[in-house]
Amino acid sequence: MKKLKENIIEKLLFSSAIFTILTTLSIIGILLYEAIQFFEEVPLFDFLTDTQWTPLFDDKHFGILPLLSGTLLTSFIAIAIALPIGLSIAVYLNEYANKKFRKIIKPILELLAAVPSVVYGFFALIIVTPALQSFIPGMSGFNSLSAGIVMAIMILPFISSLSEDALFAVPKNLREASYGMGATRFQTVFRVTIPAANSGIIVSVILAISRAIGETMIVAIAAGQQPRLTANPLVPVETISAYIVQVSLGDVPHNSLEYRTIFAAGITLFAFTFLLNNVSFWLRKKYQRKYA
Amino acid sequence: MPTTIIESKDFNLFYGDFQALKNINFQAEENTVTAFIGPSGCGKSTLLRSFNRMNDLIEGVQTTGETNINGISVYDKSVDVNELRKRIGMVFQKPNPFPKSIFENVAYGLRIDGIKDKHIIEEKVVSSLKKAALWDEVKDNLKKSALALSGGQQQRLCIARALAIEPSIILMDEPASALDPISTSKIEDLIYELKKNYTIIIVTHNMQQAGRISDNTAFFYMGELIECDDTKTIFTNPSNLRTQNYITGRFG
Repeated sequence: MKKLKENIIEKLLFSSAIFTILTTLSIIGILLYEAIQFFEEVPLFDFLTDTQWTPLFDDKHFGILPLLSGTLLTSFIAIAIALPIGLSIAVYLNEYANKKFRKIIKPILELLAAVPSVVYGFFALIIVTPALQSFIPGMSGFNSLSAGIVMAIMILPFISSLSEDALFAVPKNLREASYGMGATRFQTVFRVTIPAANSGIIVSVILAISRAIGETMIVAIAAGQQPRLTANPLVPVETISAYIVQVSLGDVPHNSLEYRTIFAAGITLFAFTFLLNNVSFWLRKKYQRKYA
Repeated sequence: MPTTIIESKDFNLFYGDFQALKNINFQAEENTVTAFIGPSGCGKSTLLRSFNRMNDLIEGVQTTGETNINGISVYDKSVDVNELRKRIGMVFQKPNPFPKSIFENVAYGLRIDGIKDKHIIEEKVVSSLKKAALWDEVKDNLKKSALALSGGQQQRLCIARALAIEPSIILMDEPASALDPISTSKIEDLIYELKKNYTIIIVTHNMQQAGRISDNTAFFYMGELIECDDTKTIFTNPSNLRTQNYITGRFG
């Protein structure tokens, strides 16, 4: 009787595990299936090299580059802001702040990641953009700069918290060795602690990049919906994720070429985040071995 | 007349409310090896770390009394802790090389001291590795990661790292407790060799080790320095009963 019960529980756990795997596999399957149909009509070469993305217009162009540039531009701005600030916070919390302060401030910082991204998007559109416009006169109402800035706030805890964890994991005796040699705190941080934690810090940054690239609501609300191949942060752009939202919400007929553009864009996005996740996974494994 | 190089006078140390060292009076002379022995938690490591103010790193530590190194009162407000630590080498219980190359580990102290001249750094790295009896084993692999060395080699590397900044004192906190017997005996030979030029304090749990390598032995118990004397005297004719009980293995 007891054995039967154990058996049933085991099967239940097993099937829920299988269920997750199947879900993932079927999502990838559908993505691939629709994307392949898309690429039967649009050559992959055009997709990768055409500099216009106008699938909903009469003069149709299917170049992913404008969307990709929008995604990379907003992500780049976000990382460029969040990386130095996040790292400084991590170093401060780990090396300088007292334990009590660290204990209070860390959960508050992590709360930044818990704010719904639609709130951030709204914040970017109605507060950050007008504020920036007051001293950047030519700035458009939709732009990648304010979206990037707000996205930086959102991903800040990924960098600060995970980097702090990485710094915290550096064995105490390495710091002692450095202090014992007469090193100052600053020298110890920059010559011993950070180099020893560097792979963990890189992992945190990669996760933050991955989060920024996939981020949807902020860019859909604040960055605009104009696919444009540009590096100018002051004009409207469209990211891959924002395009997917735009088309999913619209009235594009199912099984049309326009409809399949979602999947082509989606698989591009997936390829990026998949790659980044794998790199961080690989780095984390390497990192864990170091102090085993 | 031998020169006193380390001296604690009426020294007390508190971790918060807990008094870890009680009224310590201790002296060590130039070019001698003093072994600190005593049961775990007796304060011997704490006293060792008080000499180069490593206790500053722990929150809530307070001290009273005096500690003099080379005649300088180290707890005086005018003392630069980093400069103090540069004059005192420290070797820890567990080998703790930096995750850098062998060369960079030894060069660390020189680099943080602002020395940029490549020739000086190279020269000192080589001579320190030689003094630490590690040179022959690593001379062809100076660029290799220090973490690839064996535990005993890592510990000798840590000694070389400490020697590179030319301290006059070396503090060793159970330097051989994590090592196998062969590596341990290499470390002991090394200590014997280093004694000629350095004043060494070594914390150890190993009675035979204390007997083999030290000139003087100090026995600690519950935060007090019970007795400090010639090693031979401590081991053959201690004046305190607790010392005798400890070294004969009746408690501890």
